[in-house]
Amino acid sequence: MHVTLSVNGTEHALDIDPRTTLLDALRDHLDLTGTKKGCDHGQCGACTILLDGKRINSCLTLAVMHEGDAITTVEGLSTPDALSPLQAAFVAHDGYQCGYCTPGQICSATGMLEEIAAGWPSHVTDDLEADPALTREEISERMSGNLCRCSAYPNIVDAIAEVGGAAK
Amino acid sequence: MNRQQTDIALAGGRMHQSLAHDSGRKHVSGRAEYIDDIAEPAGTLHAYLGLSAIAHGEIVSVDLDAVRAAPGVVGVLTAADIPGENDVSPPHKHDDPVFAEGRVEFLGQPVFAVIGETRDAARRASRLAKITYAPLAAALDVDAARRAGGTLVTEPLTLVRGDVDAGLSRAKNRVSGRMTIGGQDHFYLEGQIAFALPGEDEDVIVHSSTQHPSEVQLMVAHVLGISQHAVTVNVRRMGGGFGGKETQGNLFAAVAALAAKRFNRPVKIRPDRDDDMIATGKRHDFVVDYDVGYDDDGRIEAVDAVYAARCGFSADLSGPVTDRALFHADNAYFYPDVRVRSEPLKTNTVSNTAFRGFGGPQGMLAAERWIEDIAYALGRDPLEIRKANFYGQGDRNITPYHQTVEDNIIDRLVGELEASADYRARREAILAFNRTSPVLRKGIALTPVKFGISFTATWYNQAGALVHIYRDGSIHLSHGGTEMGQGLYTKVAQVLADAFGVGIDRIKIMGTTTGKVPNTSATAASSGSDLNGMAAADAARQIKARLEAHAARLYEVPADEILWVPNGIEAGGRFVPFTELVASAYLNRVQLSAAGFYKTPKIHWDRGSGRGRPFLYYAYGASVSEVTIDTLTGEYQVDRVDILHDVGRSLNPAIDLGQIEGGFIQGMGWLTTEELWWDEKGELRTHAPSTYKIPLASDVPPIFNVNLCDWSANREETIGRSKAVGEPPLMLAMSVVEALSMAVASVADYKVAPRLDTPVTPERVLMGVERMRAGG
Repeated sequence: MHVTLSVNGTEHALDIDPRTTLLDALRDHLDLTGTKKGCDHGQCGACTILLDGKRINSCLTLAVMHEGDAITTVEGLSTPDALSPLQAAFVAHDGYQCGYCTPGQICSATGMLEEIAAGWPSHVTDDLEADPALTREEISERMSGNLCRCSAYPNIVDAIAEVGGAAK
Repeated sequence: MNRQQTDIALAGGRMHQSLAHDSGRKHVSGRAEYIDDIAEPAGTLHAYLGLSAIAHGEIVSVDLDAVRAAPGVVGVLTAADIPGENDVSPPHKHDDPVFAEGRVEFLGQPVFAVIGETRDAARRASRLAKITYAPLAAALDVDAARRAGGTLVTEPLTLVRGDVDAGLSRAKNRVSGRMTIGGQDHFYLEGQIAFALPGEDEDVIVHSSTQHPSEVQLMVAHVLGISQHAVTVNVRRMGGGFGGKETQGNLFAAVAALAAKRFNRPVKIRPDRDDDMIATGKRHDFVVDYDVGYDDDGRIEAVDAVYAARCGFSADLSGPVTDRALFHADNAYFYPDVRVRSEPLKTNTVSNTAFRGFGGPQGMLAAERWIEDIAYALGRDPLEIRKANFYGQGDRNITPYHQTVEDNIIDRLVGELEASADYRARREAILAFNRTSPVLRKGIALTPVKFGISFTATWYNQAGALVHIYRDGSIHLSHGGTEMGQGLYTKVAQVLADAFGVGIDRIKIMGTTTGKVPNTSATAASSGSDLNGMAAADAARQIKARLEAHAARLYEVPADEILWVPNGIEAGGRFVPFTELVASAYLNRVQLSAAGFYKTPKIHWDRGSGRGRPFLYYAYGASVSEVTIDTLTGEYQVDRVDILHDVGRSLNPAIDLGQIEGGFIQGMGWLTTEELWWDEKGELRTHAPSTYKIPLASDVPPIFNVNLCDWSANREETIGRSKAVGEPPLMLAMSVVEALSMAVASVADYKVAPRLDTPVTPERVLMGVERMRAGG
């Protein structure tokens, strides 16, 4: 089946099995291997990418569903010389160990900060009407879909808090 | 918050500096290459395993015709296709087949592999096999294995000091009990994977996600029936290891290599997450039966304990794992008379393997259990009982394996943590809270860790490094250690940069390969930087000596007037940049390459007599955890954790703090939420993150004060006087179990020890509360 995917600003025409997940399309057909396959079940978050700026597990969606969508992977967040603020903060805070979950964490955090800015509440938000504050508790809750088996969580939260300008 | 922060340097090259992880920029930008990211050459095939459907039985027939006929299938491999030995047993016991032959011994055991043009084709075809079995009785856990006759997978160990029977009968007070300790799945985010490329003659290159490239090399050679020199194993980094890639990568590498040579095409194998969890080994579950004698002050007089482990169907590393459990049956406590025995039981489950701590955590968790028993029996704060039993300085310092504890800092460390965490006042406040709180109850506990550092297999305590300096002054570093996120590559590069006085950017850290450094040990036992750091330092020493001699000749100054300064040398007062020194050395035919070597001194171990000095030194730490439980539901949260941990003189404080925080959280997962559950047929039902819960960001305690013990320096001559950090912090999580126990005990006014088994899930907390209400 033909599909044209717009990934990191570049259009790619693909001829793929309609059952191909977006994750496999990125990794196996477009050689964008920054996005990782952890569980392939939508339960670990390693494959998180941004779809029109919203975070999504790319293993749980089919590539052919995304003709015309703006897909951003970790490779699209920076150039090798200029990291995004979140990427730089992860380096400065040692927000990883083995690094395998890191692209997913970075994409997820990028989308998450937008969700907070847009006023989306979370499970731990007290007041559903007010703008949510970027507390450690909010960050931890909102990032709980991205597993880090090395448990670099304290540093991941530090990095996100710094970029989000959180009160510590 | 009192969490130690450290400014992370992006450039530099000294030991003891908080230098950023060498792959940091690549990790955050998705450019760090894992094995599944390596560009596949044209013609790459994909292998998938066919797994057994029953836990124990004779294989009556295997019909793979439908597998072979499936679209996209290139071929099928079974035991009959193995030219060498059908065995990947790490201790070479011939009990760990690549493909089951004749019988299957656990549900999920590989029986065949299918090789396809795509991973999808191979995976679909693997489901088409028709295998019939004649089922046999399956023993799935310790109790069933004992009932079935107690077959052991390997030789058990007994450690004895003193006369335990006399000690027990002399003791005024006695307590006996049983503790059941659950296992743990590694859940490395990057699953097992191997990618093999065939070469000429018998050659094969295998990219393997392994902590032990030299063993993968040996295993592939055995399976293919070729010499080790024909096999090259490479690993640049792993997406997590935690012990799960110490031996468990062997089978995948062997299958990939076998298929690559058979079909003369590159072959990759990467199991699905569920199959990875079903078919690969985990941390050992233990059942510990104990009998302890103690006096009225809570001082232990004698300990008699049996540590029975579910080992699965084969030995794998169960011998050394159960040995290490016994080596930590004392944790930080002196036992005047002691006898501890291991019982490594064969079960019809996946073969248990290494996992961070390697039996040590289970050993010391049982010790904390009987400390708690004593405290509740005497109506005392468990911390008082712990202190009363700490190893002494100068006396009361002999372990059950007859090693003298020479570097004991536990009193000072625990004293400092007790003060900084405000343990006493908080305990009083919690006791007051519990007196008036009808539903929510709190608990607090301080537990120590003393962990022995060195491989107990003495010959493993060796390492090599290969250092080249090229004529442009750039440095190439190889060593036998592997990088799984623990920061080993960064630390060893710091050692080398420090030795030459250059920035780390001058050093290229090479992926680990058997072609550069041979006969390496697993990156395990927390030993990576101890061993490989010293080997790299040895290589640097050799090259520096040659450069000094060269400079002395060239600049006509005595060798002792050559000084190493940042980015060069001073020769008789004149500064010579490093690049200039190297360039002139090359022109003067000075060898700019060296192989470094290190073997750990002082250690020896006689397993037969149970005596020796298996450990060069000990790493210490302690933690205080505070929890709140809901006595109606069993749900709980960990409110605050304080940690003080000893890494000697830290090689890299940022990396060490990360290891401590991550180790604690991973240990907390093991002891609280991570429950492995097999059904009565022996099928693992917790084989994905949907049913197996590892800690999330939101599980980190909201107050998490982690500090390095800044006054500690290793009394042994380790690299930079540092101490190993990989495993010890995992055991800091024991204080969570003890704190939960106190909260549960409050229901019965602390009269009865709750004896919570692990993992302490909310269900177990609730059952504990119910037991307390029923009078214990």
